[in-house]
Amino acid sequence: MRKVAIVGVGETKFSGPQMRTSVELFAEAAAEALAGSNLKPKDIQALFLGNALGDFAEGQGSVQAFAAENIGCFNIPANRYEGACASASMAIRDAWMWVASGFYDIVLAGGVERAATMGTPLATRTFAMFSDSRYEFATGLTFPAVFAMLAHLYAAKYNIPLPRLKEQLAAVSVQSYKYGMFNAKAHLRKEVDMAAVLSSFMVSTPLQLHDCCPFSDGAAALVVASEEVAWKLTSKPVFIVGVGQASNGPMASQQEFLPRLRARELSAERAYDMAGLKPNDIDICELHDCFSIASLISAEGLGFFDYGTSGEAWLKGEADIGGKIAINLSGGLKAKGHPIGATGAGQVYEIVKQFREEVEPERQVEGARTGLTDTLGGDGCTLVNIILQRGW
Amino acid sequence: MAYKLTYQEYSEALKQQKLLGLKCRSCGAVTVPPKMVCRRCASPELEVVALKGSGRIQTFTTCNVAPEGREDEVPYIVVLVELEEGPWLMGRLVGMAPEKATMEALIGKSVKMTKTGVFPGDKYSAGEGASPTFMLAK
Repeated sequence: MRKVAIVGVGETKFSGPQMRTSVELFAEAAAEALAGSNLKPKDIQALFLGNALGDFAEGQGSVQAFAAENIGCFNIPANRYEGACASASMAIRDAWMWVASGFYDIVLAGGVERAATMGTPLATRTFAMFSDSRYEFATGLTFPAVFAMLAHLYAAKYNIPLPRLKEQLAAVSVQSYKYGMFNAKAHLRKEVDMAAVLSSFMVSTPLQLHDCCPFSDGAAALVVASEEVAWKLTSKPVFIVGVGQASNGPMASQQEFLPRLRARELSAERAYDMAGLKPNDIDICELHDCFSIASLISAEGLGFFDYGTSGEAWLKGEADIGGKIAINLSGGLKAKGHPIGATGAGQVYEIVKQFREEVEPERQVEGARTGLTDTLGGDGCTLVNIILQRGW
Repeated sequence: MAYKLTYQEYSEALKQQKLLGLKCRSCGAVTVPPKMVCRRCASPELEVVALKGSGRIQTFTTCNVAPEGREDEVPYIVVLVELEEGPWLMGRLVGMAPEKATMEALIGKSVKMTKTGVFPGDKYSAGEGASPTFMLAK
């Protein structure tokens, strides 16, 4: 297997409902990634594109083919990936694999979504399609309900009084808002304090509005190339040194393993093993905080904190710059936003920009060399982790 | 190899308030809802068995925001129940006012199945869906 690098990255602003089409959104991100890679559309050998709900958002299936032609990548193989919120990370992992294998030298990967355009009722219905539609949706299960049940289970299993857990969860959201405020591409740019989080609308007990990420529109793209090609195109390649992916069935099938998510722990283990790294080797992490409780479960599943302790870690600043591990300096899904098919590519975009020291000074980590992305699809049905290292 | 218990067979039984599962002839584990193989050891040697429909609540939530088309149902309580036979099963909890649904009132508490609720279906759902429905045991 060859070493594989990310050469250039691009991203639209993540936003609420807006009028640009999925193809147009992706074109903006792709143009930035191509320009940053000193490449032309004709240089791209394949497009791997994450898109979960285009069929519902704008009646567009097979968006990858239309996107490829639209940006001038005429007639190349173009694949769409649907792994719910992990779609783009699946696409990036496959791009890594095809380049690592030697079949392609240069692949464009990324994702696009218009989740905000759908509006809350349709988005709530379609997101619920990523739970088991036969055996679990009939109960009235929604995405907030999945993580709300995990929150109650987390409190019970680790013997944390619910009011204390609620403070821990609020601290997660407050930190994400703090960084989102400085991120020019973030969907929600406002200061939100703990009192505001704890007094917001109750969506699904015990999760309130500010515990939940928004539905967002947006796109992100990156150029994946072999090491040999990468050094010809940029002096700042970012190497993909480990990838992991795993799947799981319906939520209830995970039984007593919950509130941990088995697919994440398997996926992360595969990524760490491939990279030959351990959790304490990671400098920065973009993890899947679709809900505040999801951050705690993720940070523990990735090995940064002991089970049941990460909420206190957030309260003490251990998940912040200068702490044990700097998490979600982009603002995370909570504040940066969650255009689900693009989210994983957006996480990689953030890590690359951090390595290149090209983010706003208020949220820049100095000297970061190793980063991890964590993207969760459905209620744990698809998990992807990617470990990145700066090449210079 | 015959598929032992289909979605349709399981659902029709559930509508009659009968909870069917699959008992593994190799390891003894009970699988519900049905799969092709045992949830624990992946053996296809399964037999259909009737389950008691009783267990303990492991977790719950009260939903205040519904999917499109189900707005009239809120607020409602969704639970994960550990059945006496071992598997965890998702269902709806009825017979309790949503504002009384607290961790203290519910987690670890015994429940039994009651009249099955049926989601009538929407344009995406390929028909109706029966949902295990529980109430607190007296």
